[in-house]
Amino acid sequence: MKNKSLLHRFVDWVNGDVADDRPGNIRTVGSLPEAKPPKEKPEHTDPLRHLNRQIAAYRVSAVLVCVSLMLALTYTVLCLPTYNDPSAPTNNEVSQRYVEQGMEETGAVNTVAGMILDYRAFDTFGESTVLFTATAAVLFITLSKHTKEWTERGPFADSSKDPILQVVGKILLPMIFVYGIYVVLNGHLSPGGGFSGGAVLGGGLILASSMFGQKKMVRVLSANVTTGLSVACLLAYAAMKGYSFFTGANHVGWEIPKGTPGDILSSGFILPLNICVGIIVACTMFSFYSLFSQVEEE
Amino acid sequence: MPFVNNVPFFSIFIAMLGGIVMPLIKNGRIALRVTEAAAAIIGVLSAWLLCAVVASGESFTYMMGHFPAPWGNELRAGPLEAMMALAFCMIMILGLEGGRRDMFDDISAHKQNSYCLMLNLLLASVLALVYTNDVFTAYVFIEINAISACGIVMARRFGNSLVAAVRYLVISCVGSGLFLMGIVLLYTCTGQLLMPGMDTAVQALAASGEYRVPLLIAVALVAVGLSIKSALFPFYGWLPNAYASATTSGSAVQAGLISKGYVILFIKLIYRVFTLEVMRDLHILQALFVMGLSGMIIASIRAYQEQSTKRMLGFSSAAQIAYIFMGIGLGTHEGMVAACYQILAHTITKPLLFTSAGMLIRSAHGSKNLHDLRGTARKNPLAGVGFTIGGLSLCGLPLLAGFAAKYYLGVAAMGDPKKMLFALLVLAGSSVLNAMYYLPAIVGIWFPADKGAAEPLAEEREDKGFILSTAVFIGLNIFLGVAIGPMIKLIELGLSLL
Amino acid sequence: MLDLQTLIDMRYQVVAVILFCIGFATLFLHPNLIKKVIGLNLMDSAVFLMLAAVGYIDGGKAPIIVDGITDASYYINPVPGGLVLTGIVVAVSTTALFLALIQRLYYMYHTLNLDEILLLAKRSEHY
Repeated sequence: MKNKSLLHRFVDWVNGDVADDRPGNIRTVGSLPEAKPPKEKPEHTDPLRHLNRQIAAYRVSAVLVCVSLMLALTYTVLCLPTYNDPSAPTNNEVSQRYVEQGMEETGAVNTVAGMILDYRAFDTFGESTVLFTATAAVLFITLSKHTKEWTERGPFADSSKDPILQVVGKILLPMIFVYGIYVVLNGHLSPGGGFSGGAVLGGGLILASSMFGQKKMVRVLSANVTTGLSVACLLAYAAMKGYSFFTGANHVGWEIPKGTPGDILSSGFILPLNICVGIIVACTMFSFYSLFSQVEEE
Repeated sequence: MPFVNNVPFFSIFIAMLGGIVMPLIKNGRIALRVTEAAAAIIGVLSAWLLCAVVASGESFTYMMGHFPAPWGNELRAGPLEAMMALAFCMIMILGLEGGRRDMFDDISAHKQNSYCLMLNLLLASVLALVYTNDVFTAYVFIEINAISACGIVMARRFGNSLVAAVRYLVISCVGSGLFLMGIVLLYTCTGQLLMPGMDTAVQALAASGEYRVPLLIAVALVAVGLSIKSALFPFYGWLPNAYASATTSGSAVQAGLISKGYVILFIKLIYRVFTLEVMRDLHILQALFVMGLSGMIIASIRAYQEQSTKRMLGFSSAAQIAYIFMGIGLGTHEGMVAACYQILAHTITKPLLFTSAGMLIRSAHGSKNLHDLRGTARKNPLAGVGFTIGGLSLCGLPLLAGFAAKYYLGVAAMGDPKKMLFALLVLAGSSVLNAMYYLPAIVGIWFPADKGAAEPLAEEREDKGFILSTAVFIGLNIFLGVAIGPMIKLIELGLSLL
Repeated sequence: MLDLQTLIDMRYQVVAVILFCIGFATLFLHPNLIKKVIGLNLMDSAVFLMLAAVGYIDGGKAPIIVDGITDASYYINPVPGGLVLTGIVVAVSTTALFLALIQRLYYMYHTLNLDEILLLAKRSEHY
């Protein structure tokens, strides 16, 4: 076979009639590896040994990677501007303007809210979209036609009968919701905003669902409702921010009145944006919780 | 400001809105139409933008809001960005049309709208990566890109695609973590997040020698993060499985869009922030050059050893991405132009190969093994022609896009006497390897294993979408292979205006 | 440069970097999927710690304008705060997707070890 001409070899190779006899060449267009004669070794020992070797290699390389990266980065960090140095490059005209003119330019007393929802609002729109994408992706994996209605499992399986949960929950729930709504609505005035308030609200929803049982909860807030709410809020966000991006970039004016900084109804779009973000975050948190506790029927 | 300057903002928003409304559309066919319509609108807008910026000969920044550069988010567009956006939209439409049947067969009906959601957001994120002028915005959209790409990989939802998706997610989290650390370090030593402010700061730091180590590590982390994400040589392990387990249109869109978006971002960062001189001083380009060279050979060898058609195409993609990084690693202006040409060439060739392979696999009753594709081109001649043209283009047949890209890479390598020898040798070796796995596959699909057996004609009703997409793909391929001069001029203009 | 005083001055950043590397190695190299998720979160939290440390100025107040004082030196830098907020949301989203994938894989293969899953998946390969 070794005396065959190159052309013949090529023809054979294309045809797959002859398994290639060159050592080390495992390309065989013709014959599948599975179609080869049965191996002598029992099949399960080989992969296991391979696995163990891999795990050992993992450990060694993990330590090596970790230590070398750590040394490099530690050295890097020591060369950085010193901790709490007021003249560090980060304390420049950017943060200065955010703090000094932020209130009159955005109307928000909370500089961070002004920054993320006005100066750098496009980032925040992307960020809400990340949440939305993640919910859609989780829904994409977990939801199947065969999914059982609701299977209650885990520590909260029978929690709807738990007296402690019921009593404490009844006291806590209203407070959690009021607090969450307060944090969302005061996002431009005090620490907090849509993301933190939304997380509080999402926690409240999760508590409610373990109190009342998921079956009842899902009747009110099914996956369709949460997705619909998220979509509506994202669209509202896109409409508001799209308006302000468009008018801002084209210098058309038509600015939204900022109101008096410090009032609850002030700072233009920041308050409605915070509400939208809050609803998105709350819906996302709750739908993560409810999707994860679904079980697929085998 | 002329109205055409709104196009980058409109493009990103249309794609994002297209994604956001998807849960409201329950019918998969309508969802697909909406996705294609969104991509078509963006494509037309991008073409308009391309004409406008080429005519005016300058690029522009676009404020996202009322505040200019160091304070508010910004977009920036020039000929290169507009051209890439146009190419990506075309790939999106053509890939979806070409793989339409497989999509409806592979993905269960109640999930088709979610699949389209992922596609739309993927397009939006790639467009944002192309247009953004802000490093942190880039990070946010990199994450959208990762999540939606992961959604596309796992769309078929059987064991292997979930495994591929989780591997993809791990590696892309590693990549984006390193990228995030890199931009945090950059922010710490420059105090800027937008490219225009950051570039002057980086220039000043490089000139004064202050914070040299943090700068080096930050740039290295950004480079490594982006090359992990775009599957450069040592980090390409996830790619073949991810491409192989997606449905046909998913593979095509991934091969055309995902890694290219990161590479464009990287080129933008090099030109707009780090500059070639600083990158060369920090020895990062040299490292990329070596990684590119090794990737060109090793990924090709892996492709050569591969049995499964789609995995072979995946490894071949990894090799082609290594070509791009080799071009970047040359560290010259010509190298960058060649890298951009290679991006364009690969971005139109690989989706063609994936859609044709998808059709051939259908003719082979779903078997993805190369061996079972013997003679399938007779059953579906158009898919055979598509696969042949794509394969030959990647092998470097003159008059096709792949040849033009390789030729220009070779020309660019001549400019650097030290790297010339290696680059040319590896280029030649890799081309031979490409030919060694594409040619047998091409010959194989045209000639049935049992000679003389009469092949039944294609039973399936003609797929107009596939015919259209293959024709346009082949047309584009030949266009890129012939119109080298004008395209090079366009890319040079684009790079000089970055 | 490598004296003890700098090390103490930069303690937050040094800790952040060490955590980042531990998280990175766990995410990249540990075969257990749940530990990979933990590694991912460790890595992200380390970056947030680093950002928080970058923005801090001694004696600075939270950047919420009180009593009409709009002098930048009175407050800490608001930019890292905003970035951390964005980063947290992104980390939460990736974690959720990751966990959902792991849950599915566990139902399918009854193991959390990625290597075993890879082996099992290879056996039933349909490519």
